[in-house]
Amino acid sequence: MIEKERGQAPPFGGVFVAHARVLDSEDIQRAIQRMAHEIVERNHGLENVVLIGLQTGGVVVAEMLAEALKEINGSHPPLGTLDVALHRDDIGMRPVMPEAVTDISVDLDGATIVIADDVLYTGRTIRAALDALCDFGRPREIQLAVMVDRGHRELPIRPDYVGKNLPTRKDEVVDVSSEGVDLGRIEK
Amino acid sequence: MTLVIRGGTVVDQNGEQEADVKISEDGSILEIDKNLKGDQELDASGCVVTAGFVDLHSHLREPGQEDAETIQTGSRGGALGGYTALVAMPNTTPTMDCLAVIDQVRGLGQESICEVIPTAAMTVDRKGEQMAPMGELVDAGVGIFTDDGNGLQDPRLMRRIMEYSTGLTHRLGRPIILAQHCEIEALSCGGYMHEGAWSSRLGIPGQPAEAEELMVSRDIALVRLTGAHMHFQHLSTAGSVEMVRKAKEEGLPVTAEATTHHFSLTDAACASYDPVFKVHPPLRTDEDVKAVKAGLADGTIDAIATDHAPHTDHSKEKSFSEAPPGMLGLQTAFSITLEESGLDIHQIFSLMSWRPAVIAGIADRHGMTVSPGSRANLCVIDLNETWTVSGKSMASLSSNTPYEGRHLRGCVRHTIQTGEAVVIDGEAQR
Amino acid sequence: MNQSPSKSLLSIEGMTKHELEEILELTDTFDEIGRRPIPKVPALRGRTVATLFFEDSTRTRLSFETAARRLSADTMSFSAGSSSLSKGESIRDTVEVIEAYGADLLVVRHPAAGTAQRIDNWTNASVINAGDGCHEHPTQALLDAYTLRKHKGSLEGLRIAIVGDILHSRVARSDVLAFSMLGAEVVLVAPPTLLPPSIEGWPVEISYNLDEILPTIDVCYLLRVQNERINEGLIPSVREYVTDYGLNVKRASALPKDALICHPGPTNRGIEIEAAVAADPRSVILDQVANGVSIRMAILFLLLGSGRNLMEDADVGADQ
Repeated sequence: MIEKERGQAPPFGGVFVAHARVLDSEDIQRAIQRMAHEIVERNHGLENVVLIGLQTGGVVVAEMLAEALKEINGSHPPLGTLDVALHRDDIGMRPVMPEAVTDISVDLDGATIVIADDVLYTGRTIRAALDALCDFGRPREIQLAVMVDRGHRELPIRPDYVGKNLPTRKDEVVDVSSEGVDLGRIEK
Repeated sequence: MTLVIRGGTVVDQNGEQEADVKISEDGSILEIDKNLKGDQELDASGCVVTAGFVDLHSHLREPGQEDAETIQTGSRGGALGGYTALVAMPNTTPTMDCLAVIDQVRGLGQESICEVIPTAAMTVDRKGEQMAPMGELVDAGVGIFTDDGNGLQDPRLMRRIMEYSTGLTHRLGRPIILAQHCEIEALSCGGYMHEGAWSSRLGIPGQPAEAEELMVSRDIALVRLTGAHMHFQHLSTAGSVEMVRKAKEEGLPVTAEATTHHFSLTDAACASYDPVFKVHPPLRTDEDVKAVKAGLADGTIDAIATDHAPHTDHSKEKSFSEAPPGMLGLQTAFSITLEESGLDIHQIFSLMSWRPAVIAGIADRHGMTVSPGSRANLCVIDLNETWTVSGKSMASLSSNTPYEGRHLRGCVRHTIQTGEAVVIDGEAQR
Repeated sequence: MNQSPSKSLLSIEGMTKHELEEILELTDTFDEIGRRPIPKVPALRGRTVATLFFEDSTRTRLSFETAARRLSADTMSFSAGSSSLSKGESIRDTVEVIEAYGADLLVVRHPAAGTAQRIDNWTNASVINAGDGCHEHPTQALLDAYTLRKHKGSLEGLRIAIVGDILHSRVARSDVLAFSMLGAEVVLVAPPTLLPPSIEGWPVEISYNLDEILPTIDVCYLLRVQNERINEGLIPSVREYVTDYGLNVKRASALPKDALICHPGPTNRGIEIEAAVAADPRSVILDQVANGVSIRMAILFLLLGSGRNLMEDADVGADQ
């Protein structure tokens, strides 16, 4: 979603047109439940865990994960948002959006951060997020949760929690929302 | 060798006629008639043939600033603009305030393709402190004195110079002309454009119109007191024009000139912050432009002058306030006047040739009727042909024209200086 | 922005309300970076910002350099005092040399109006006008608007008095345009000699009576009054100016309780503002300084980092 919105913002243009629904809303719920359990299992609970949603598409994923973690654990871990636009290596290919707020109000020193994003593709967004997070403190560990891993990595980055592995072509675009995951294209 | 200008329409003080003009080897007009033959012939079909223009206000920069202009290049630009005589301002380095410099300028002028009429400074080094040796300069033939670039601030010294000049009339054989650049510096200092809505908006400190008008007013009063002949240079405000109009009605010996830029451009041009539009006096408002045009039309203003003021690109590549004032004019003056003044061709020739020749004291050879016996200082102009202004392609060593890129009507085809065709088909011959 | 849409920021005049608001909104993003433990992002890594100051101004220069460094840009600085200008080099020569050193953006301060615009015509680098003579100081107006917006929510309907030497103030010119474009009412308060010769077309009212205006305004924006103005015969004495136009404690008490007091700095304590008033809780003078860095980060980023130049060869789709 982050990518889609930015892709559509002027002067970049284009409209996302879906070709196939990959997951429906129930599939997404099930994936979130599973990933939440994996997070609790891997970290032996939620102590020191902080969830950070990447602006803008990862924020919904982080919120859904938080909700699921609350059901499992009684309370959800601290939740933050991070806009990595200013840390990207391809800066300038997309506008910085004023509404994409960075809000990290907890101390990250010694924390276990779970970065949540919608789609993992080249890995460049995650690289930028790792850089940005290190400016906020020294976390003990950083893990990565994504709703869709569509392949085509350009950096040595792998997810810890995956909703769905989805083989794609490079010219396709994946759109994630709470209603579902669609595969399609940006039509100019 | 005789020269014939064939097929044109002769325009002079007596009217218009389609005729050829035959010019003798010694540089005077022999005959005006149809189907004349000569050793050299110039085609003037579709053109008007008239007396060459006389500019009362040129800065030829030599000696001192030969990187911006020389007498040779300035004259070439003048001839290409239809001029046969240029009155050279004395703000050179050293100043034209003594015989040595006047002689130098005159000597260089004789080698160039326009007649160069040197003026001399009214005060030593144009400092406004001590009277220049006017008697000696008058004896050398100087008829116009001016501190142009500066107005003479001190009213007492101005009065003395005016009085003194009236005692030299018999030595020159005609009244000495004192030409004033009207600007009260105490009011104008620190200002770089016309003070008003535009200067306020642009944040460029302005000079009020009153800086000019107060000096016009003062000098009219002093003319009334002393009887000296005062020529007001580059009138730019409605108030100035009105004061000169009243002074003439009163019968005072005053004359005035206006520049082409003061009736074709306004202070709005400064919005580009390009110092090519910086000039003293500054470009004024629409109202002032209208008043200057009205003054030209009703005879209040006697002459259209250029205030041709070349400056190198380097010296203009500064901020608006730091760059020197001045713009080119010789090659654009006629076309701009034709396009912008609203005057007919007879009025234009009168303002650009016939009347300024009288003020400059050269009516015995310039601005004459096109008739047998007159000195052959002529220009041939195609009124309908158009051209595009380009500073870089002008004859001047500088390129600071404010009309860059403008499409203008009226092309000077040939210019004749004392019988010699110095411009043929728009090309300077030397 | 004005002239070429994304190359340079030269004046508030020529900008649209939408453009102003876009910058103000974006500034929140950069304001947040300033509050981080490490207030620095790599957004402009490899870009070079040159400050060209033909007139002294430590504050403005520091503000721009801080902004540039927080975005990881390299900075170089040029000042007239240490330069070859005194050796007869023209401004254009200077600009060409700085550009040859690889500057991507020039921040220009010059004592003559219009110089930033002139320089913009000579260079392919972006240009930010950091004050040109008595003309404009657009980044100051933006930071002022940002400060007011932060404290008041919006400028819509605010009544703002600008008090002092309007004639020589580039800040006033930019502020009048920005404030009124954003919906505020502006009153200029100064003796006639410190007002521009013509305010034809300016969206302002004029007053010579500060006491009458104070209870009616939401913001009192004070300008610096310099001693030279006395030598120029514009005011009789500092004492008389202070008596008529200085914001002292007594006058400040006539301001509404929720009014704001602004000043572009550096303040002349005891002249346009009494020391105790500068410390009044309604004074936002230091906020203005802090916001200056954020607004300049936003502008640097918009001009250099929004990457319109990269668009042509970038495979946008490839990064999802």
